[in-house]
Amino acid sequence: MAIRRQDTLLFEKPPVIAAWAAVGGKKESEGPLAAGFDFLTQDAAFPDEACANWEQAESLLQQKAAELCLRKAGISRKEVDLALAGDLQAQCTASNYTMRALEIPFAGVYGACSTMAETLCLGAALAAGGLVHQALALTSSHFCAAERQFRTPLDYGAKRTPTAQWTATAAGACLLRGPGQTGVPVLSVTFGRVQDYAVRDINNMGAAMMPAAASTLLRFFSATGARPEQYDAIFTGDLGEVGSALLQEQMAREGVPLPNHRDCGCLLYDVASQNVQAGGSGAGCSAAVLCSHILPALQAGQYRRVLFVATGALMSQTTYLQGESIPGIAHCVELTKEGTG
Amino acid sequence: MKLNRKSYAHMVARASPPSPAVRDCLWAFFVGGGICLLGEVLRQLFLRWYDATLAGTLTSIALIFLSAVCTVLGWYQKLAAKAGAGTLVPITGFANSVVSPAVEFKAEGWVTGVGARIFGIAGPVIAYGTAASAVWGLFYWLLGKVG
Repeated sequence: MAIRRQDTLLFEKPPVIAAWAAVGGKKESEGPLAAGFDFLTQDAAFPDEACANWEQAESLLQQKAAELCLRKAGISRKEVDLALAGDLQAQCTASNYTMRALEIPFAGVYGACSTMAETLCLGAALAAGGLVHQALALTSSHFCAAERQFRTPLDYGAKRTPTAQWTATAAGACLLRGPGQTGVPVLSVTFGRVQDYAVRDINNMGAAMMPAAASTLLRFFSATGARPEQYDAIFTGDLGEVGSALLQEQMAREGVPLPNHRDCGCLLYDVASQNVQAGGSGAGCSAAVLCSHILPALQAGQYRRVLFVATGALMSQTTYLQGESIPGIAHCVELTKEGTG
Repeated sequence: MKLNRKSYAHMVARASPPSPAVRDCLWAFFVGGGICLLGEVLRQLFLRWYDATLAGTLTSIALIFLSAVCTVLGWYQKLAAKAGAGTLVPITGFANSVVSPAVEFKAEGWVTGVGARIFGIAGPVIAYGTAASAVWGLFYWLLGKVG
């Protein structure tokens, strides 16, 4: 079971991430992490699979992540006790249709771009408590599905601001198992608290989400007594370049500087050359970085201990048009290298 | 946290890079100017066969048609991503704002998708353009009464 210390759940016997899969589209295939992906497509409209629209395309992407993850774990979908999934589309549409195809017991989770960490936190807690033997945690985002829902039609000619972030066409899936099994151990999880520091610019999500990342990290360090230097890397997702700079500044001011901070939004793409403005975003961004880079590196022993802090901006088109500011949230998952749990 | 909303607004403003104004303006100037030049070439061509009023109307129609074709082929938005106001302000930008939702929302049906959302972006321009012309019309009428 777990010990609760402030907002953090510490697992005495850690559950593990036994298998994972990352899938992505064309832009992701041109990014620096391409080699770590399990599946990359040059056409994320999936015309060969009779896909009729972008919502369906995102669902297909998520389905591929789930199926690849299960194949790597060597199990069938019938053996999964629960799937925790979410995405950016209204009412978590992509996940609902993925689960229609997979027929796994399903709980929809919405945490915007923090969904990967949120589903991992929930799944790890359930697996640690013995309430599930095998649970899937997965999420996705699709540039085209997000653009048409949150911004403008794809063919509309508009210029992006330098602080805007590029929604990743990607999905990530993790299979969680109970303690004592092979996999990357989840040492602790910290559920974040909503933070809102009155940022209203939807083209500056990194700035809107930074306080949430800082708040969760500070609560985690206060609860555990750990220091940032004890980690090989602290991954936030997806603050982009603007939010990352702000996080560095804020954490230094708090007396907890982050020398080993990296951001999933700046890792998935080559920010300087791939025309993604301040970096990547979308629920699939941090999920894909986790499954294509962080987990493989933990398995190979390149990292010994890391924090994965996915951040989400929790506004809607309605509240934004009404002039409301953007609330942010960040959930933290503490991971260690395989075989050390 | 050692952070308040006011100080954060300053922090964000400092950390957020501004748009490259000179580069953006040059792109807008040359692309926008290029579209206008194309319009003038077309107008001179039409003037060979038609009078000035009809040639002007045909020029607008031709530019709208070309913009619609470029939008459907996905070219217009690629140019606009660099040209900004240069592609937004000319009549071709207005055409793009009508054609792009028509293409995008076809998946939701001809009535509830295309029909309902075709003026989603152009709608405010049409609404306030009409309202402004009504106000100006009233003003113009009053001027006539006084004069």
